[in-house]
Amino acid sequence: MGIGVSMKRVDAYEKVTGRAKYTDDLAPKDALVAVVVRSTIANGLIKSFDMSEAEKVPGVVKIFTCFDVPQIKFPTPGHPWSTDISHQDVSDRMLLNRRVRIYGDDIAAVVAQDRIAADKAARLVKVEYEEYPVYTRMEDSMADGAVLNFEEYKENILKKTCFKNEGASFDDAAKEDGIVVVEGLYDTQTVQHCHIEPPVSFAYMANGKIVVVSSTQIPHIVRRVCGQALGIPWGKVRVIKPYIGGGFGNKQEVLYEPLNAWLTSQLGGRAVKLELTREETFAFTRVRHAMQISLKTAVRKDGQLVARKCTLYSNQGGYASHGHAIVMNATSIQRMLYHDEKAIEQEACTVFTNISTGGAMRGYGIPQGIFALESHMDDVALKIGMDPIEFRKKNHMQNGFKDPGTGIPCHSIGLAECIEKGKKYIKWDEKRKAYANRTGDIRYGVGMAIFCYKSCVAPIALETASCRIVLNQDGSVQVQMGATEIGQGIDTAYTQMAAETLGISADNVYVISTQDTDVTPFDPAAYASRQAYISGTALKQTAEIFVEKVLAFASKMLDKPCDTLLIKNNSIVDKNSGDILLSMENLAMEAFYSLTDSVHITAESTYHSTDNTYSFGACFVEIEIDIPVGKIKVLDIINVHDSGVLINPALAEAQVHGGMSMSLGFGLSEQLLFDGKARPLNNNLLDYKLPTSVDTPELAVDFVETVDPTGPYGNKALGETPALPSAPAIRNALLYATGVAVNSLPMNPQKLVEHFKAAGIICKDGGK
Amino acid sequence: MKIINMIVNEKPVEVAIDERESLADTLRDRLYLTSVKKGCEVGECGACTVLIDGEAIDSCIYLAVWAAGKRILTVEGITKPNGELDPIQQAFVDECAVQCGFCTPGLIMTAVEIVGSGRKYTRDEIRRLISGHLCRCTGYQNIINAIERVVEETHKVVSK
Amino acid sequence: MYDIKSIYEAKSVDDAIKALSGDPKAVVICGGSDVLIKIREGKLSGASLVSINGLEELKGVSLDEDGTIVILPATTFSKVTGSKIIEKYIPALGFAADQAGGPQLRHVGTIGGNVCNGVTSADTASTLLTLNAELEITGPNGKRSVKLEDFYEGPGKVKLSHGELLTAIKIKKPDYEGFDGCYIKYAMRNAMDIATLGCAVHVKFDGSKTKIDELRLAFGVAAPTPIRCYKAEAVLKGRTVSEALGEIGSLALLEVNPRTSWRASKEFREQLVRELSGRALKEAAAKAGGVSS
Repeated sequence: MGIGVSMKRVDAYEKVTGRAKYTDDLAPKDALVAVVVRSTIANGLIKSFDMSEAEKVPGVVKIFTCFDVPQIKFPTPGHPWSTDISHQDVSDRMLLNRRVRIYGDDIAAVVAQDRIAADKAARLVKVEYEEYPVYTRMEDSMADGAVLNFEEYKENILKKTCFKNEGASFDDAAKEDGIVVVEGLYDTQTVQHCHIEPPVSFAYMANGKIVVVSSTQIPHIVRRVCGQALGIPWGKVRVIKPYIGGGFGNKQEVLYEPLNAWLTSQLGGRAVKLELTREETFAFTRVRHAMQISLKTAVRKDGQLVARKCTLYSNQGGYASHGHAIVMNATSIQRMLYHDEKAIEQEACTVFTNISTGGAMRGYGIPQGIFALESHMDDVALKIGMDPIEFRKKNHMQNGFKDPGTGIPCHSIGLAECIEKGKKYIKWDEKRKAYANRTGDIRYGVGMAIFCYKSCVAPIALETASCRIVLNQDGSVQVQMGATEIGQGIDTAYTQMAAETLGISADNVYVISTQDTDVTPFDPAAYASRQAYISGTALKQTAEIFVEKVLAFASKMLDKPCDTLLIKNNSIVDKNSGDILLSMENLAMEAFYSLTDSVHITAESTYHSTDNTYSFGACFVEIEIDIPVGKIKVLDIINVHDSGVLINPALAEAQVHGGMSMSLGFGLSEQLLFDGKARPLNNNLLDYKLPTSVDTPELAVDFVETVDPTGPYGNKALGETPALPSAPAIRNALLYATGVAVNSLPMNPQKLVEHFKAAGIICKDGGK
Repeated sequence: MKIINMIVNEKPVEVAIDERESLADTLRDRLYLTSVKKGCEVGECGACTVLIDGEAIDSCIYLAVWAAGKRILTVEGITKPNGELDPIQQAFVDECAVQCGFCTPGLIMTAVEIVGSGRKYTRDEIRRLISGHLCRCTGYQNIINAIERVVEETHKVVSK
Repeated sequence: MYDIKSIYEAKSVDDAIKALSGDPKAVVICGGSDVLIKIREGKLSGASLVSINGLEELKGVSLDEDGTIVILPATTFSKVTGSKIIEKYIPALGFAADQAGGPQLRHVGTIGGNVCNGVTSADTASTLLTLNAELEITGPNGKRSVKLEDFYEGPGKVKLSHGELLTAIKIKKPDYEGFDGCYIKYAMRNAMDIATLGCAVHVKFDGSKTKIDELRLAFGVAAPTPIRCYKAEAVLKGRTVSEALGEIGSLALLEVNPRTSWRASKEFREQLVRELSGRALKEAAAKAGGVSS
């Protein structure tokens, strides 16, 4: 079974039987328990601690504070690293921080015999602070005289960048006779990943190394950051990644593994477990950045985009994390998805505040950017009286496009077909007609949105991936990938890729799911929708080397030229006649145990890439809106994706379902709230409105399979793209149903009722 | 410590527990039934769902002392001794209802309760019956497909 | 693992009352879905618990000879909903109980706990108010009876002295016979949520089915505790459904007192009061076969 087959997940049996081991399932039962002591202010400096009460709690082993840890600053984001200092991530924190920048900052750690003792002691730690003003809003943290999170970042601006194409300016272009200018301000909220397994690691020392077992997307990066944070050689750290219960980007950051590694090193190498609670996970790991995006568009009445101006502000929260990269993504999407005839001017700014730190989350800035862009495109279409689909078709990316900012080219595009399929599915023309100019309490609308997405991080950052393939005596193989399974199904995709290129059946391909940095080949791992595209190429390339070695051995055994042979169905066959000449098993036995010529056939290679390609898609949605109580019900929704060739159609569809649900939550209900002191208000699964099964509609999925020339099997990004378009599609359907433009997320009932009152659909006194 | 007796996965078990333990703690840490996952510890995510006397409950907010004398079923208990899957587990595999797998054992246990009733449910009813489980990977679509399939197959058999 | 000092598993109601009386700091635990969470939050950490979880004598729903429905407090939400008696005589309460939390929680959470935790968002509370529920409280000095609406003292506070237990919830025949009801839980999600507003209606029509003989309207989260709207009820007595539908929203607004919190604004909750009271009446009236002229 190779490419294009819906084979069952290779890890499904383990997972449905409960045998799949996740980090906490592997933790030694006698591990000490570490709990992080958190600041009760959001901005300030620790003056002193009083541990007298905390230390008395029975079971407490030791309490460490920010004054005890190595005075080394380190970066946390899961980027591949850069040897060029100017491109390195910001080193902005220590294992424990004296300078507090968010509410709940890590200021001390209690290690105890059990969780109850650790929690009790943590509550009894007394702290004296020097308090600074707290900023939750960007305009306040940027204001004159505001206290800086970091002295080196003036006005609390982490970075500000501008992009402008050559040629006319926006203002010049907008002077054209008869041109229409449309402006809009769109804002998105703070949301959280909500992987069901909380972040957890345990660490111990063995054979002179610190071993960290962690629920991470990026084991090799965890090793690097632990080495950096502790100031020890990176080879002294060994990171093991078992099955993980979801990550969505939150586990693409190295947050607590370094502290865990250091704690064990301070306790004679005893195992120490550090698991966050759900409440901590919400507020003290990473969130999706809230952004304010203003867009201004000059358009001709025939629908031709002439010029645009985009200004994006991203609320970074307390720490730099992935920093400016995320708002840059939200910015570049504006010019990638649509082309302007004359001018595009963009400004992007990342601003520190004291709310939870923004980091990577599925879509990496694009959900925010697409919400603004696709809402705005409907506003523009409405203004010039054009069907939103026709308007988009006139202006969206075409094959051969090359982004002037990043240089990323379009190698394949099925966007127009995606739009056609979605339009047909939702019965666009019929329903737009039926739902036009409705009145009354219950109204209906259809809306849509499109998107594009990069398939890896090149050429902006390093793209490298490695693979090792090892022969077994029975002719089966192990495939070792540095790329990680995080629930998306990549191990199954790799099994199929290996089967395809090796000529060995999928049941004879064993993809090793656990990464261990001491033995696993290097790969920065799961992020940027890159693993099927980039690491898949590493696998293909390695498989080809492996095949060459096998055939060379077969050639000797059979005394036939290499180029007349190939591997098919676990056998060496004659290329021309198709005759089976030798089984893989017999070949392997001879290779392993030959008295004259023994060899363990293995292959290993690294794939380095500076190329990239775009995935595309469209979402179409039909909604019902109950105006007096502000409730949107999604009646029908479809995502149509062009992710190139599908490795496993059934798993691809499943991946899309999850993304759609995430985008629905982003659009309708999810929001992490903070009070004026930047304290989280709803950091639990009851008060944070993650959609349940009864809040999720039936999810329809379709694909357009282009063959991308740069993908190993014609495939392109799919991991993140499903999470992009639902929110703006719903917003546009709501606009059609009610004439009310809701430019702020989430579109929750209270907000909708406020908008409807302002628009006069609900009278101010509530009557109709 | 207190000794309690219960029937776990159809076997009588005598186990010494700390009275402060939740049933999830006991099942995971003393009986090594690590299919019982903890995602929130306050009964909101459903990952720790097990059956007690046939009813699905969140074992994280159920004290172990209360389980004395009760029949507990976890996903380890529905896999046949030869490793063969229960039809519900098989449906989860076949319908691609599993992604990261962390919510899976809990959801399967609720499905066991649903299917065990022998009743036929509509898709909407199934949606409602699994609404005490949060899943971030699947959008619930394939999970509902899997349960619907088993409900239908079981109903066919029962109604024959 | 919970930070519990001790747990005593009571053998009977009397035993539980004795245990409580012997320890002025002891906390009663039944289903556990409230108390355990408070322990974990630190609000009740280190507590001594008296568990009535296993007491069969506090479970079940029965019908007295005089037609009084007796719901024992340790009956879980799912058992309330599943009770044939509830289904036959007061289905609106069964529906309301089925709105709490999610399926697993409804297998452990109890109706008694829902009443005794005193929160305004309790899903069964507003419906119980429209049924004029009476509570039987048992203490060291015997039993006393209190009307549910008098039981509420303030947000999260009920008139239950230390050593007392809720031992029965009673609904008399005249309070349910001939009535049909509806509960609307309005929340941000359709499951696993606490009500932004809860609205309960029970209604009875005159013989011609055209005029409202008696209407009972109650809300959760529209005030610090669940409340009845007696004035609105009085005004609407004798009205037709369509007349009542035109007035009920604005009448209800005169009696409620919702507050602004980060969960929802006062204005939004008022909008819901206005809108949902009519919807609940409409649905209850439809069940009652009320003719809207």
